Amino acid sequence: MSRYLIWVMSWLFIVVMLVIPLVLVLTEALRNGFLASMKTLYTPDALAAIWLTIRVTVVAIIINTFFGTLAAWVLSRFRFVGRQTLLVLVELPLSISPVVSGLLWLLLFGAQGWFGPFLERWNIHIAFATSGIILATLFVTLPYVVRTLIPVMEIQGRETEEVAVLAGAGFWRILWSVTLPSIPEALISGILLTTARALGEFGAVSVVSGHIPGETETMPLRIEDLYNGYQSVGAFTMATLLAIMAMLTVLLRTAPDWACYLWKKDP
Amino acid sequence: MSIEICDLVRHASDSRQVLLDHVSLEVPKGYFVALIGPSGAGKTTLLRAIAGLDPYDSGTISLDGRIVTDIQARAGKMGFVFQHYALFPHMSVAKNIAFGLNILPARSRPSRKEIAARVQELLDLMQIPDLGNAYPARLSGGQKQRVALARALATHPQVLLLDEPFGALDPIVRRSIRGWLRDLHDRLGLTTVLVTHDQEEALDVADRVVIMQEGRIVQNASPQCLDSHPATEFVMEFLGESVSFSGVIHNGQMIPDEKTAFPFAVPDSWENGPIIAMIRPYEINLLPPDRQTDEQTNRQIVKIEAIPRGFRNGYRHYTIQLKERTIPFFVAQDAEIPTQPNGVLVGIGLDVSRARLFRPNI
Repeated sequence: MSRYLIWVMSWLFIVVMLVIPLVLVLTEALRNGFLASMKTLYTPDALAAIWLTIRVTVVAIIINTFFGTLAAWVLSRFRFVGRQTLLVLVELPLSISPVVSGLLWLLLFGAQGWFGPFLERWNIHIAFATSGIILATLFVTLPYVVRTLIPVMEIQGRETEEVAVLAGAGFWRILWSVTLPSIPEALISGILLTTARALGEFGAVSVVSGHIPGETETMPLRIEDLYNGYQSVGAFTMATLLAIMAMLTVLLRTAPDWACYLWKKDP
Repeated sequence: MSIEICDLVRHASDSRQVLLDHVSLEVPKGYFVALIGPSGAGKTTLLRAIAGLDPYDSGTISLDGRIVTDIQARAGKMGFVFQHYALFPHMSVAKNIAFGLNILPARSRPSRKEIAARVQELLDLMQIPDLGNAYPARLSGGQKQRVALARALATHPQVLLLDEPFGALDPIVRRSIRGWLRDLHDRLGLTTVLVTHDQEEALDVADRVVIMQEGRIVQNASPQCLDSHPATEFVMEFLGESVSFSGVIHNGQMIPDEKTAFPFAVPDSWENGPIIAMIRPYEINLLPPDRQTDEQTNRQIVKIEAIPRGFRNGYRHYTIQLKERTIPFFVAQDAEIPTQPNGVLVGIGLDVSRARLFRPNI
């Protein structure tokens, strides 16, 4: 009996908390019909926002996957002075409010910031520019690849790498053909978490971007702008698109599981 | 390829504990050497140092007379088999074996066909010809062991280093793979160093057995010599069950403290003083009651009884109750000794003259 009760309760909770809001967003977006909502996407500002979000996300994925993998490798393979501190520091972006991390970049690189005037002289703009948005996104998405890789790398141990070293393989070779291929789930999971966070990041980006429509507005910022401007169809359409992108990411995350299911192979 | 290790010292990185304490060892070309000792003795540390996987503080390692320092100098020349095989889980057996060949730079890499042929050759050699396409997760322990060995041999190394390779196998597979490995060593002309904590395995398979204790080499000898002339009490004890009798040497006679063990003559080179005699349970003789000796020796006759404890490995096992302890005593199964109806053996004393003698540490 209680089993069914729990079953019903968990479904009810999921429907109320997750499904209903999504459905509401979708119905709001389609209030004036499918064409009308598509039209709101086909404006220069909207397209610029989508394009910027994709660019920022791709850059964040590439950079954080590369350095995150190296950091995870070093942190899981060696015991050195300051390792604990580094482990804590890596998690810092998870606990700091994104607004604070955005402010931090302004403080460093804004017009009145520490390095702002210096960079200005070289015509490098960080505050209120794409590079600032990328930096802020990099900061908030830094922990995901590192944190998902460290535990599995610890379990993986060093022996397979040592076999490869003894065979004469170099560092990159080992990383690419021994270390990472044997832990694909963790790597993919880390990358997809990074993707989801980069797509949706609002706080940090909001502070550094300056909300210049068509230039420094990512999708979340654009949604806020539209909503505040009473363009609810446009806002909800873009919200739907963002939600779909995020859901695709989550679905991709479970891809290894279906692949195993489809090919009837052990994971 | 011969291996010479000279005065190797290594300390643990976070303490003053000595992992390798001035270890020197020579492994001549073509020898099969076993490193044995209790856990923490430094066997694996020494093996990993030979492979270049771990650093050391001082000393040198030479291969064929040339000092090697970095791991690149050894790439492809040494095959290493880890205790838990360390197969690449995402590669098929064939890919695992071919790894060392596939990573060679393009100019020295054999063609795809040659690599495939070499892999098949190794699979045949390992007696697992059909497993090329299997993945490691599907293999049994013995099969994984063979794949790991094949991978270690792919680049035609002259040295094979094995770190407790049989540790995770069941006893039957263990015994068969042991003999097969020795045969492989001879056929390929390898120089092999095997780390194990199983003394029986080491004595069975190796030309020379190196016993380590607390980071030092205690003895390096052939299995026969190890049995007849163990260097220390530790070696004697480590190599098998043993019984010790303390006593004194007096004018060429070893006189045990326990009166049930009879005095015996020792070589003249032993000077007077305290001594410990250690003996294997199957080397002890129970002296049968004999009226003549009783009258001649005028000793107070103490009857001792050996209680039967079953059979193992061709020996009848007994225990003998001495005054303050119980000792094991084995008799070859086919030996003709008069027993009591209940199986108990009766004697008047123990002949321990086949014991090895050690001066006690003061």
